[in-house]
Amino acid sequence: MKILVPVKRVVDSNIKPLIKTDHSGVEISGIKMSMNPFDENAIEEAVQLKEQGKVDEIVAISIGEPKSQDTLRTALAMGADKAILVSTEHTLESLAVAKVLEYFVIKEKPNLVLMGKQASDDDMNATGQILAARLGWPQGTFVSKLELYSNYVEIIREIDDGQETLKLPLPAIVTTDLRLNEPRYASLPNIMKARKKPVETFVLAELGVDITPRLYIQRLDESSPIREGVIVNSVEELIDKLQNEAKVI
Amino acid sequence: MSDTKREQMEFDVLIVGAGPAGLSAAIRLKQLTPSAQICLIEKASEIGAHIVSGAILEPTALNELIDNWKKKSDVFQTPVHHERMFYLLNDNKSISIPILKSLMPQMNNNGNFVVSLGDLCRWLALEAENLGVEIYPGFAGQEVIIEKNCVKGIITGDMGVNKDGNQESNYVPGVELRAKYTLFAEGCRGSLTKKLFKHYALRSNVDPQTYGLGIKELWEIPPNKHMPGYIQHSFGWPLDDHTYGGSWLYHFGKNLVSFGFVLGLDYKNPWLSPFEEMQRAKKHPVIKKHIIGGRRIGFSARALSEGGLQSIPKLTFPGGLLIGDAAGFLNVPKIKGTHTAMKSGMLAAETIAEALITQEIEPISYCLRIRYSWIWHELHQVRNIRPAFAKFGTKAATLYAGFDSMVRGKVPWTLHNRLEDYEKLKAASLCDKPLYKKPDDQLTFDKTSSIFLSNIDHRDTQPVHLKLRNSLIWKTVNWNVFKAPETRYCPAGVYEVLMDNNEPKLQINSQNCIHCKSCDIKDPTQNIDWETPEGGSGPNYSSGM
Repeated sequence: MKILVPVKRVVDSNIKPLIKTDHSGVEISGIKMSMNPFDENAIEEAVQLKEQGKVDEIVAISIGEPKSQDTLRTALAMGADKAILVSTEHTLESLAVAKVLEYFVIKEKPNLVLMGKQASDDDMNATGQILAARLGWPQGTFVSKLELYSNYVEIIREIDDGQETLKLPLPAIVTTDLRLNEPRYASLPNIMKARKKPVETFVLAELGVDITPRLYIQRLDESSPIREGVIVNSVEELIDKLQNEAKVI
Repeated sequence: MSDTKREQMEFDVLIVGAGPAGLSAAIRLKQLTPSAQICLIEKASEIGAHIVSGAILEPTALNELIDNWKKKSDVFQTPVHHERMFYLLNDNKSISIPILKSLMPQMNNNGNFVVSLGDLCRWLALEAENLGVEIYPGFAGQEVIIEKNCVKGIITGDMGVNKDGNQESNYVPGVELRAKYTLFAEGCRGSLTKKLFKHYALRSNVDPQTYGLGIKELWEIPPNKHMPGYIQHSFGWPLDDHTYGGSWLYHFGKNLVSFGFVLGLDYKNPWLSPFEEMQRAKKHPVIKKHIIGGRRIGFSARALSEGGLQSIPKLTFPGGLLIGDAAGFLNVPKIKGTHTAMKSGMLAAETIAEALITQEIEPISYCLRIRYSWIWHELHQVRNIRPAFAKFGTKAATLYAGFDSMVRGKVPWTLHNRLEDYEKLKAASLCDKPLYKKPDDQLTFDKTSSIFLSNIDHRDTQPVHLKLRNSLIWKTVNWNVFKAPETRYCPAGVYEVLMDNNEPKLQINSQNCIHCKSCDIKDPTQNIDWETPEGGSGPNYSSGM
């Protein structure tokens, strides 16, 4: 049994990024980058399955600039066996990412692709679904519990009116919710060992995958600050404020 | 934590702290002894993330460490080209002080660079890694391993412990990092260095260390106002004549201005707030005109050692030594410590390279190397200047400093500092309360919006890393006598007094801590103990800070 886990290098969740002065995007040069938190859940789940003896190999894959290797090293330190870096300086949108992943699914032949339900930088929540569609594989999204069997996976999904339990025949795509597990710390000895694990590097431009963008950012602005609320003492005061301050009635 | 079974790892040399001193030591060691196994740990989540400085870099040490450094990194794109110094008379008036370069050599910034010290460290770390140094950010040294009175390494902090000290599902015990020699490069008031001071009585024959608190803001200003390479310093207002401190303002990089304020932690008035003094300093026209209309993009703070030559402790002990500001090599009149920190790391590396061959237990020759280096020479020249400010007040000391600089410190006397900074606070009832105005959110700000720009990561279920040794003393001393000075000297709002049925209670918001160490220094009864939180916690200062 083999699991492929895509991981993305994103702005660390503790950083409050600034919008560039020309409003073309977010300033990301020189700020702390980390693994997308949802991908940490995916790696953690894969490692737990391996510890249960249900999985033989975990392959982590990342697409991005050479620095994405740091994210792959984190995945290796958490317990992945090998890593693939697809190097490019372009920012890829979900469709292009799914196409690249499709290429490596065909190459690596995993039984399960376990991935974050979305990336915390653009919150697209689309790549897993597009990948499933392109491969014609079953998909289970927003997964908060997972049981792996020899030829199917049983999952619980978080949905609007509760939880949904599904069985997916393998191979399948599963995208993870934060509730799935508590990701482990990469320990110092494991970080040291991870530096010796293999990272295969491919140049995206040489793969022949069409990554032409379909989406363009017009302009990026900060959302307007939420005004602090006040607690009024009486109905009269409320009406007064609505009439004279907010001028809505 | 001693009964936990821990993994052990062995190295030739272990360095604690990836600032300019630790990184320079690592690089020099690899240059001299390429086969040595060197491990460097850093409590910040990544290299540079806890580094705070102005900074003006005097490249003396760098010249000796790395060939062609200027061409190897874009950290050095802003040479200093114009410099001014102001004495601020009040909130509006100032006197421009001429900088007599030939007479006051330590004030001369020709040939220096305005840099982000965090970025310098990021680059030095790459250089070190290329030489084969193993660098591990995100791991804090929590305990020193001392066996048969010899330092054998350190133990990193446990991860995944909850507030009550119990292990969570993802608990990972810290590891024992063992080495033939351990170099402590924790910077000012290092928590392990403090334990070493005590264990080996390293401070027994020297003056108490005296400290400053530096608070810094990074601003991005409109390109038409930016003058890369322009630097200015001020002293005087808003501080009174008996409080030491002043501001810096440097234009550098891409439309960036580094503005900051250093205040001597030997101040006496417990009502004083270094943070508020820094905020109101910005309202002075000579400062305001540079940053108004820009946006503030970063906030940081860090204590620094100002004691100079008279306060340098014994530097070695069996199994290790102290480098950089952990020892206290900052040159106060120059307002610089990076070059001396780097040089001390290099001298330590040269000592250790020899010691790895001779296998001496205590690398004692390091003290001599420091004694006969230019670090000692320049600290000896300026040794009386900072103590003069403590003794004579700002105005008289400025005149004294002018005289002392002109004779290059060649006077037959040495001024001493007898008291610890925490002993200097007066009772609150004897002092006037400064009137600090509400922030305008354009030029001046509050602590909450400031630390928002420090990108603090602090898993809030971890144990509180700021501990009161005796919780009852807070009420009887800190509150009754000094009216909770920690709520004012802490620049990050960690300490807060809550009234519970008219009974004051101290709340410690340790998740706000930006690791400046002021509380460990200034608490009047030394009741607050700053310990390292979980590795990787604390601020995440971005590039440019």
